[in-house]
Amino acid sequence: MFGWIGRLLRVNLTSGKITKLPLNQTEAKAYIGARGLGTKLWYNEVNPAIDPLSPENNLIFATGPLTGTLATSGGRYNVVCKSPLTGTIAASNSGGYWGPELKYAGYDALIIEGKAEQPVYIWIDDDQVEIRDASQLWGKTVFETTDALRLATKDEAKVACIGPAGEKLVKFAGILNDYTRAAGRSGVGAVMGAKNLKAIAVRGTHGVKAADPEGFMAAILRIRQMLKEHPVTGQGLATYGSNILVNIINESGGLPVRNFRDSGKFATADATSGEALTEKYLIRNKGCMGCSISCGRINKVSSGKFKTFGEGPEYETAWGYGADCGIDNLEAIIKANNLCNELGLDTITMAATIACAMELYENGYIKQEDSGGPLNFGNVEAIVALTRQTAYREGFGDQLAEGSYRLAAKYDHPELSMSVKKQELPAYDPRALQGLGLNYATSNRGGCHVRGYLTSPEILGIPEKLDNLATEGKAGWVKTFQDLTAAVDSAGICLFTTFGLGGPEIAEQLKTITGIDYSVEDVLTCGERIWNLERLINLKSGLTQADDCLPPRFFTEPMKVGPNQGQLSKLAEMLPEYYQLRGWDENGKPTEERLKALAI
Amino acid sequence: MQFLQPQNISGEKKVLNLTPEKCTGCRTCELACSFKHSQEFRPSASRVSVLTWESSGVSVPMLCLQCDNASCLKVCPTGAIARTESGPITINESRCLKCKMCAVACKMGNVGYDEQTHTMLKCDFCNGDPVCAKFCPSGAIAYEDAVTVNLKKKKVYAEKLMQLLQEGDSECSVG
Repeated sequence: MFGWIGRLLRVNLTSGKITKLPLNQTEAKAYIGARGLGTKLWYNEVNPAIDPLSPENNLIFATGPLTGTLATSGGRYNVVCKSPLTGTIAASNSGGYWGPELKYAGYDALIIEGKAEQPVYIWIDDDQVEIRDASQLWGKTVFETTDALRLATKDEAKVACIGPAGEKLVKFAGILNDYTRAAGRSGVGAVMGAKNLKAIAVRGTHGVKAADPEGFMAAILRIRQMLKEHPVTGQGLATYGSNILVNIINESGGLPVRNFRDSGKFATADATSGEALTEKYLIRNKGCMGCSISCGRINKVSSGKFKTFGEGPEYETAWGYGADCGIDNLEAIIKANNLCNELGLDTITMAATIACAMELYENGYIKQEDSGGPLNFGNVEAIVALTRQTAYREGFGDQLAEGSYRLAAKYDHPELSMSVKKQELPAYDPRALQGLGLNYATSNRGGCHVRGYLTSPEILGIPEKLDNLATEGKAGWVKTFQDLTAAVDSAGICLFTTFGLGGPEIAEQLKTITGIDYSVEDVLTCGERIWNLERLINLKSGLTQADDCLPPRFFTEPMKVGPNQGQLSKLAEMLPEYYQLRGWDENGKPTEERLKALAI
Repeated sequence: MQFLQPQNISGEKKVLNLTPEKCTGCRTCELACSFKHSQEFRPSASRVSVLTWESSGVSVPMLCLQCDNASCLKVCPTGAIARTESGPITINESRCLKCKMCAVACKMGNVGYDEQTHTMLKCDFCNGDPVCAKFCPSGAIAYEDAVTVNLKKKKVYAEKLMQLLQEGDSECSVG
């Protein structure tokens, strides 16, 4: 095959059986790869109603046809399983070099079933696949594990692993590959930990072929030039990383502050910005496999109590540990970010859960004896200490490890969890970005900004500037963005490329690499198919239309300050139209006709 | 208008100029190189390799820079390895025994062997248009005039002197 390898690897940890099987070409064409194909492979074999931490929850690592090629930013893969945080389908996307290496080893995807009796790791060396003992690695950090496995296998092996957080079944533990790249969200690391699987090391020496080598190269040269010339991918992200957004979102009046309580403006946000990071703590930019943007930040805090070295923070992290916790100490933020990477935690949910705990504390619902110390907004030491405690489930960290929804519910105030479907919202206030609010409410994995990034038109003006407070027409924008994003995630390229590229470039890359005549419309249909399959899985998991909502705060407490002062979310004005555009009934269920039309 | 053609006006040889401090570790060069030479995206068949030290955040691209006094060329028993007129040392496939002595002789590891295609892997400057440099997004690998390369490096440091002198000038004019 072209683009795809044409082969899957299946490892059953209960029986120890390892099999290689052909990729179903019809499914590959219809679901593309990575997020879409992984979800299809999961749905083929798993009952959505299962307990996410049971051995029945397959854990799938899937690449796309553009993964490991010269397609710009084609370093991506997805981890698919049912999420222990949300109960929805989880598809967690990561960059780095691990995904391409899996393809070079000769597999489009790796399906992990069952549960090992003892801690194990999987070693994939081209055709040779082994399940090996990992009892010596249990308890080790991501960095220690990665170093140890490169010694135990091959120096050039790529390693994806969990840290202590995944072992302790922290509900938002991530899977880290290549030391610092994270399949961060929705608790995929806990599912790996529940399987007693510490790591997967992979080394591949084979290649990926293109159906139309000349056409592909011509497209790639042109696309790389487009990304270079675009102000976001060529300058903004390249110069300051994703954290360039702190000042932009703050100035636009969309920055959530102190658990979204004081949203609109954070006076000292600039101290936590990408500009500040670049000036004081940036060692070098880093690029994932084949990336021309290089938004990765290698950071270093040389001295003091937050001395650290690592990669990041991304915007969402700098906001989460920053404005959302009422903190402007960038060194503490970098330290907490690096700890999340080393211990295997999702930075967004970790930081937002601490922010939620801070509000519960300030309201007197959590007492000092519960939290083990004062926990007001702005407590710099707490974000670092609690991050560590959460990964090991020590003290108050054991409660934080359940995420903000379960934490707030435990103290009888679930409304103070800023989450959708129990997953924490990221760094844009839905009262200030109405379309993004609809995005949040309908995202198939709960609170999330990469399931349709309406920030792009509503704030950045890409591909055109929309009124961020308007609701008219937003349902259509949300649907298109959700579908295109699903296709991009499934192709194996980075979503960041879509700042500078559109449907035609995505379709052209897919067409020239696979030889299948994908049109822009086909690509969007694939995205819509993937979106509907995810929806179907969620409904079969027990979710309902009532879960397409936002925390009550956004309907009752107006934005406090800034240009959007006084605003509330107008979700109800958009949701019925969204269902209608999706071809779903008034209960948010895909109709038989729609499913049939999409060949699901 | 021949004299306006950009390349080799002075007859200077071009070189691959490596600037590791610019390298982001993205390995785009490995993808471009392997695709150019083997029509597959296959880093293990690439003539260039990016080595990364994660613990210090440093990446270094490594490839043959075409030694003037090349041991691979000297050790080759069949004369398959020869220097072309334009500069690079290339391997004539039809005369190559795959004895791999060139790989042994190169102390920097810049000649490799691909077991899958039975090919020696060595940079050949892609016939004067090296794709690693063409695709490198950061400028860590550039294909440039040999004299320009040195002057560019000198200029970076000369600029500091220039600034010092400028500051001196402005102090004088104020004083």
